[in-house]
Amino acid sequence: MSRLLRFLPLLVLATFVVAVAWRLSRPADEEIRSQLIGQPVPAFALAPALPGRPSLASSDLTSGQPRMINVFASWCVPCIAEAPLLMELKRQGVAIDAVAVRDRPEDVAAFLSRHGDPFDRIGADPESKVQLALGSSGVPESFIVDGRGIIRYQHMGPIEPDDLPVIMREWEAAK
Amino acid sequence: MIAEAGLAALWLAAALAGLQLALAFGLGGEKGRSVSTIRGVALAQGLLTLLAFGALISVFLNSDMSVLLVAENSHSEKPWLYKFAGAWGNHEGSMLLWVAVLALSGAVVALFERRLDDRTLGATLGAQAALALGFFAFLLFASNPFERLDPAPIDGRGLNPLLQDPGLAFHPPTLYLGYVGLSVAFSLAVGGLIRGNFGSAIARAMRPWVLAAWVLLTLGITAGSYWAYYELGWGGWWFWDPVENASLMPWLAATALLHSVNVLAARDGLRAWTMMLALIAFSMSMVGTFLVRSGILTSVHSFAVDPTRGTFILALLAIYIGGALILFALRIAHVKEGAPFELVSREGGLVANNLILSVILGIVFVGTLYPLIAEALSGEKLSVGPPYFDSVASPMALVLAALMMIAPQLKWRRDAAPILPRLAPGLLVAVAALAATFILTPNIGMLPRLGLAIGAGLLPASLLPLFGRSLRRTPLSIWGMAIAHLGVAVAILGMASDSAFTEEKLAAARPGETVSVGPWLVEFRQVMPVAGPNWTALEAELRASKGSGAVVLNPQSRYFPSPPTTTNEAAIDTSWNGQLYAVLGERDEQGRWQLRLWWKPFVTLIWLGGILIALGGAIALVGRMVRERRQRIRGEEAFL
Repeated sequence: MSRLLRFLPLLVLATFVVAVAWRLSRPADEEIRSQLIGQPVPAFALAPALPGRPSLASSDLTSGQPRMINVFASWCVPCIAEAPLLMELKRQGVAIDAVAVRDRPEDVAAFLSRHGDPFDRIGADPESKVQLALGSSGVPESFIVDGRGIIRYQHMGPIEPDDLPVIMREWEAAK
Repeated sequence: MIAEAGLAALWLAAALAGLQLALAFGLGGEKGRSVSTIRGVALAQGLLTLLAFGALISVFLNSDMSVLLVAENSHSEKPWLYKFAGAWGNHEGSMLLWVAVLALSGAVVALFERRLDDRTLGATLGAQAALALGFFAFLLFASNPFERLDPAPIDGRGLNPLLQDPGLAFHPPTLYLGYVGLSVAFSLAVGGLIRGNFGSAIARAMRPWVLAAWVLLTLGITAGSYWAYYELGWGGWWFWDPVENASLMPWLAATALLHSVNVLAARDGLRAWTMMLALIAFSMSMVGTFLVRSGILTSVHSFAVDPTRGTFILALLAIYIGGALILFALRIAHVKEGAPFELVSREGGLVANNLILSVILGIVFVGTLYPLIAEALSGEKLSVGPPYFDSVASPMALVLAALMMIAPQLKWRRDAAPILPRLAPGLLVAVAALAATFILTPNIGMLPRLGLAIGAGLLPASLLPLFGRSLRRTPLSIWGMAIAHLGVAVAILGMASDSAFTEEKLAAARPGETVSVGPWLVEFRQVMPVAGPNWTALEAELRASKGSGAVVLNPQSRYFPSPPTTTNEAAIDTSWNGQLYAVLGERDEQGRWQLRLWWKPFVTLIWLGGILIALGGAIALVGRMVRERRQRIRGEEAFL
């Protein structure tokens, strides 16, 4: 048996122990952040989620003004909880567009008529392609994109009342 | 009082483990005389640890809330069985169970092992004591199960409802018996390496432990898989979750060891490799325990996250595995190669088996730890999921299954006779099955298709070693092998059928509506509230029929007040050709209920196969023990 082969298991053990000791010394950060913060929005062009409403494309996000993108779905319960806060953000002057993930037009329409409609543009993302391209791991999620199309901020999960000041600060910073 | 008695027994047992270690390697360990002393110490240590575990069960059964562990994990209104099982349904208790099994295994070796010379046996018991000592220290200094709580609360917090299930009450002990049974193989290998004894005597001493541990691991994994299947309500039977992998890795190593130890015992071949596997199998048990107990990898099972404890077990693991591997690297150069064999031979087949199992073990090991290593190196977060494991491990498993069609029929040392006639029955059935899948179900994936073909071919092939023999005089170990291999075929058929033919239906339905899935028409009749001993639930009444006759399914959404948790209890109807699986979800605003229905043809074969595999192992174990006993008696008679 060659010398290398004899010591190989020890090498594997050492790798294991070092990796695990590293993790023990630095508890995991459970959140999954998008790799795209500070990066331009990936290029996409979605079909409209509702007939007669403007759809969303990445070119809409380089208008010189910041915009918020809300990734949502009519089948998502936390999105219902979030809806009034999006209305509040719109009232405070935040321009919001939406990506409707794996949804049907009639369901989206019902959702918006029931829970409020803060969106300027709504794109349909039937296969979660844009959602994944944005580095979003679930619904709802919101991104703030500055006027040059660079992603500045990511909010995971439903926006809650406590989050409003942070989001407004990021919004101002993106201007 | 009982708690203090338990703690005292634990300290005493730890002291005896220290004494056992000293006797084995220090004070006159070379002399045969002291081995009987070591045997006595090992026995006493085992009994004291058993006593400590008994004390823990007693405080749980009496709901002694002044014991911190009971207050945190039990509740006086809990059903009797769960008070009992609650003793090990938590970190401290399960570690005490772990150590109790370890110490008892040492005691059993001390009592019954007669095949080994005194020096090797002494070193083996010394190694076992060294293992026990570390885990005693872990219990006493970092996980004391008998800690008191003052003042005592009026009642306890309860046991995680997911764990309140009769199957799960016995799932962890079964797995632990399997994990820790491998410790004896580890200690025997260490003892052999220290004393320079690598012969077939070690292998024969090791074999019953490996077989027994493997049978229990097989049962534990099978039960755990079924538990996850019906309790988590996701319709899947294996999730490649880190905790599942933690139990699969020792099983893979033990499976390889089980086969190579036979080569060593019967042919005195594969010496170094068998020693290595014996070390790796228990190392994987410790790694598994560590992964589960430290909560270091995110998992659906995640139990306890505690860096102090994690560091403690990591240090133990590094010392034990590292020490054994260094010993191996230094000593193995002196091992003479065992008996030679040719490529096409029983040994050759077993080597191929070992290589493939080792590759699968490597795949699972890397996949389980890769997210951790990737994040340590690049800061990048990722998770490794079923697509990786399925696409890499499944083809290897199928190659292994194909090998099983011929290898058990090969002769030891060299086999010059033509292979094809012996391979023909299995091959014909496999080809016929493959053709049938192309004709009947052209649209299934390649892996399930090959799984169906190879599984079908292995059915007759696994029984071929029994042919041409007088069945009455066939040794039990051959029967065991055939049954275990048949079990593999059955399990593969179940897995392939599940992934090829499962139909899933997600529906939002109002009472009175009908949903169809597979051959079933499921009528959603009503939702009623029901109450159990320590939970309340909403229970759906589903009437499922296919043509004539009907079955009623009652999936529940259960609420446990203590601790407050909601679980989904799937309802499953089992028929000969599959299972109808129903889960009740939430109610939406329009009064529709989420229903998830699956029709899973022949899915039960997966667990039936698992049981057959374990049964085969148990038969082989009994066969080996009976035969050795007979030989010993015959040997003693000859001596007289």
